[in-house]
Amino acid sequence: MTITHFSAAVLFAVFASVVFGITQRSTTHEQVRYGLYCFAMFVGGVFVAGWVMWILRH
Amino acid sequence: MANSSTTKNEAVAKPADPPMTTMAYLAPVVGWLVPGAGHFIQKRWIRGLLLMASIITMFAMGLALQGHVYQPNGGDILDMLGFVGDVGSGSLYILAQIMNWGQSAIQHATADYGTKYLIVAGLLNFISAADAHHIAIGKKP
Repeated sequence: MTITHFSAAVLFAVFASVVFGITQRSTTHEQVRYGLYCFAMFVGGVFVAGWVMWILRH
Repeated sequence: MANSSTTKNEAVAKPADPPMTTMAYLAPVVGWLVPGAGHFIQKRWIRGLLLMASIITMFAMGLALQGHVYQPNGGDILDMLGFVGDVGSGSLYILAQIMNWGQSAIQHATADYGTKYLIVAGLLNFISAADAHHIAIGKKP
């Protein structure tokens, strides 16, 4: 199986966010919110890192 | 008299120890062996199912991406750290060792993602087992 770097990073973000959300918060509402927050941070980090690498390259 | 009041003050200040029941020991061990099972035995069905699906899928994807499964006697310090991460998957790691999965040479760039998926699946399972322990001692609902 081969996948792109981006899809690998997004899938990683999905799985890690689910586990972080469930384990780091107590109520269901907080778990969903924290899971979504982690997912946004992971994916946002991918875009930021991508642009930083682009800037360093040019 | 002074001793008695000091003991009373200490008793007030010190928080009560959590109850260390059989479940407090059993849940993290079962949760480590089978991802999500530490939650299942405490009737946290949805949480257990989500944890199980996430960790097992991540481990399976790591293998499908031809990631490397570290051996206990790697020698190199980074290999040892990789082993610590991998072994967190419990029975999945044992199964991978028995079936000799994850031992082929890396053939493409994204296989490195596979190796990281395998390590992180194990580390997430450690967190999941700790969460099962916290539920068992009543620290978390």
